[in-house]
Amino acid sequence: MGSRLNKILKENKKLLSVFFTAGFPKLNDTEVIIKSLESSGVDFIEVGLPYSDPLADGPTIQHSSSVALENGINLDIIFNQLEALKNSVKIPLVLMGYINQIIKYGEEKFCQKCKDCGIETIIIPDLPMIEYESHYQQLFTNYGISNVFLITPQTSEERIRKIDKITNAFIYVVASSSITGAKGEISSKQIAYFERIQKMNLKSTLIAGFGISNKSTFNTVCKYVNGAIIGSAFINFLDKNGTGNSSNFVKNIVKN
Amino acid sequence: MNYFVDKNGYYGQFGGAFIPELLYPNVKELEDNYLKILESESFKKEFKELLDNYVGRPTPLYLAKRLSEKYGATIYLKREDLCHTGAHKINNTIGQILVAKKLGKKRIIAETGAGQHGVATATVCALMNLECVVFMGEVDIKRQAPNVARMKMLGAKVVPAKSGSKTLKDATNEAIRDWIGNPADTYYLIGSVVGPHPYPDMVARLQSIISKEMKEQLLEQTGNENPDMIIACVGGGSNAAGAFYHYLDNEDVKLIAVEAAGLGVYSGQSAATSQLGDVGVLHGSKTILMQDEYGQVTEPYSISAGLDYPGIGPLHAYLHESKRAVFMNATDQEALDSAYELTKTEGIIPALESAHALAVLPKMKFKKEQVIVINLSGRGDKDLETYITHLK
Repeated sequence: MGSRLNKILKENKKLLSVFFTAGFPKLNDTEVIIKSLESSGVDFIEVGLPYSDPLADGPTIQHSSSVALENGINLDIIFNQLEALKNSVKIPLVLMGYINQIIKYGEEKFCQKCKDCGIETIIIPDLPMIEYESHYQQLFTNYGISNVFLITPQTSEERIRKIDKITNAFIYVVASSSITGAKGEISSKQIAYFERIQKMNLKSTLIAGFGISNKSTFNTVCKYVNGAIIGSAFINFLDKNGTGNSSNFVKNIVKN
Repeated sequence: MNYFVDKNGYYGQFGGAFIPELLYPNVKELEDNYLKILESESFKKEFKELLDNYVGRPTPLYLAKRLSEKYGATIYLKREDLCHTGAHKINNTIGQILVAKKLGKKRIIAETGAGQHGVATATVCALMNLECVVFMGEVDIKRQAPNVARMKMLGAKVVPAKSGSKTLKDATNEAIRDWIGNPADTYYLIGSVVGPHPYPDMVARLQSIISKEMKEQLLEQTGNENPDMIIACVGGGSNAAGAFYHYLDNEDVKLIAVEAAGLGVYSGQSAATSQLGDVGVLHGSKTILMQDEYGQVTEPYSISAGLDYPGIGPLHAYLHESKRAVFMNATDQEALDSAYELTKTEGIIPALESAHALAVLPKMKFKKEQVIVINLSGRGDKDLETYITHLK
C-alpha cells in the first residue's frame, strides 16, 4: 500500500508516535495538540476516540476519556476537527477506538468519514483477528484503511506469523503484558521478548507501545523495534501542563 | 431453529469473543478446554456431589396454591432461593471453580453488582482454598454493605471500582483489566451468561441444572415434564438461561424473560435493555446493550442491583430477536408489590430480582389448568432494608 504512513514506516530511523485522547483536556484541543506534535518532530500521531468502557486502557487514558466525554466530544465532532486539518497536517494520523463505537456509528459511514479525513490506519484493540477477517477486512480494504494488530508476550509464534501476513501498516508490539500506563523502565523479560520478535524477521514494521514513557525507555525499545508509541505519559503531561508546552514533551524524548 | 451456541461461539448474530489480543491466550485456553472438562466423568461426579451436599440440590419445585388461586393458574416456584448463599449464583461458581482448578489456576477474580456473585465466588474460593479478589463498584460497596462484610469474612479481597459510574459494568471492566495484567495464574470467574465466548455457553450449561430438575419434578408432580410457561428475570440472564435451557428446543413451552423497568421503561431510569438497547459489543460479546447514538454505554437503573446491567447475554439477545422468548418488564414499584404479595400469600420473601419475575403475573391472563413455573432465583434477606424502607 502506498499510504503516507507506509512511506514513513520504511524510513530507517527510530519512529516516534504520540497518542492523545481527542477532546482532552479541552473539547477543541485536537488542532493545537496535533500541530505542536507535528512541529516538534513526531512521525505519526495516534488519535484516541474516547469510549465509556475502554477495556484495554489503564487509569490515565481512561480518565482522559471520561473528561473528554464530559467535555461533549463525539465521533462527529472528532471527524470535523480532523477534516479541517486534512490539508495542513502532513504527518499521518492513526485512529484508535473500540469496536462498539464503529458498529453504532455505522461501519460503512465510519470508513467513509476516515477516507474524507485522510485517515488510512486504525487500531481497534477489541477487534480480534477472526472477526476482522470475517467481517471487516473487505470493507476496510474498500476504503483504503489498514487495520493494526497487537501482539503481546503471550502471543504464539504461529499467531504472530499470521498477523504479520495480514498486516499492511505496522504491528503494535505490546511491550508488557498489562494495560497501558507508564511503568518507567524496561525489564530483562521484556528485552528477551523483543529479541525473540526481532529474530523472527517479520516483514512488517514493528512499533512498540504500553509502558514507554520517556527518553530512556524509548531508546531502549528502539534497539529492537522500529519505533514506539507514547500514550499515558503524554496524557499525564497534558493533565499537568495543558497543551501549551506539548512540544517540550517531545523534545525531551527525541533530543540527543 | 437452533438456540444453542454454534461452533464459532455465536447465537445467530450474537456472541463471539471481542477481546483485546492481550486476553486471547486466556480465553483460547478456556475455549479449548471447557467442554472437555465439563463432560469429563471426574468433573461431573465432583460437581454433582457439591451441588447435592453443599448447595442443597435439588431445590424444591413448590406448588404455590394461594398464588395459583389468585391468578387462576397452576403456579410452581422453582426454589433457587433455598440454595446455599441464597441464590442460583452458586451453581455457576461451584462449576467454574472446578474448571479453574483443572486448569491449574491459583488466583480467582470476579465482578459483582449486588454482591451475590461475589459472595458465591468468595464461598467457593474458601471451600477450595484459593485466593479470591472481587471487584465491586464503589457505589455498590456502599449500598450492599452486608455482602461486602460476608465476602471479607470468607477471606476475599474486595477491590472498589472507581471508574465510570462505579457500578457493575465498571467492576466488570476492572476485573477484565486485572485479568489482562495477570494472564498466567489468574482465572476470571464471570457471574452471568455474558462476556466473551465460551463464558455465556459455559455459564448456561452450569445453570442448566435448574431446568433439568424442573423437568424431573414436573413429571413427578403433574405427569408432564413440560410446563406451559416459564418466567424468569433477566439482568445478564444466568438464572433465566438455566431455567430455559432444557426447554429451548421445545417451542410448546412459552418462555418469558422479565427485565427491570426501574421507574418506567422510558423514564430514563430503567434497565429494560431489550426495549431500550440495540446491537453492539459489551464486555467481549456482541449483544443488545443500552447505548447513546455514538455507542457510549449508558447507565442503567433498577432498584434491584442484580438487574442493574446495561446489556443482556448473547443467548437472550438471540431469544429476543428470534422471538423464542417474550420479553416483558416490571417497574421498581411492581416488583416491590409482588415481593410483599408473595411474602403474605406463601410466606416466602423473594430477592428483588426474582420479584420482577413475579410482577408480570398480574399482567397476563391464564387458564386454571395452565402450568406456570416461576424461577425464584434468590431470597430476599439481602433486600430487607429496601423492603422495610418501602413498606407502607
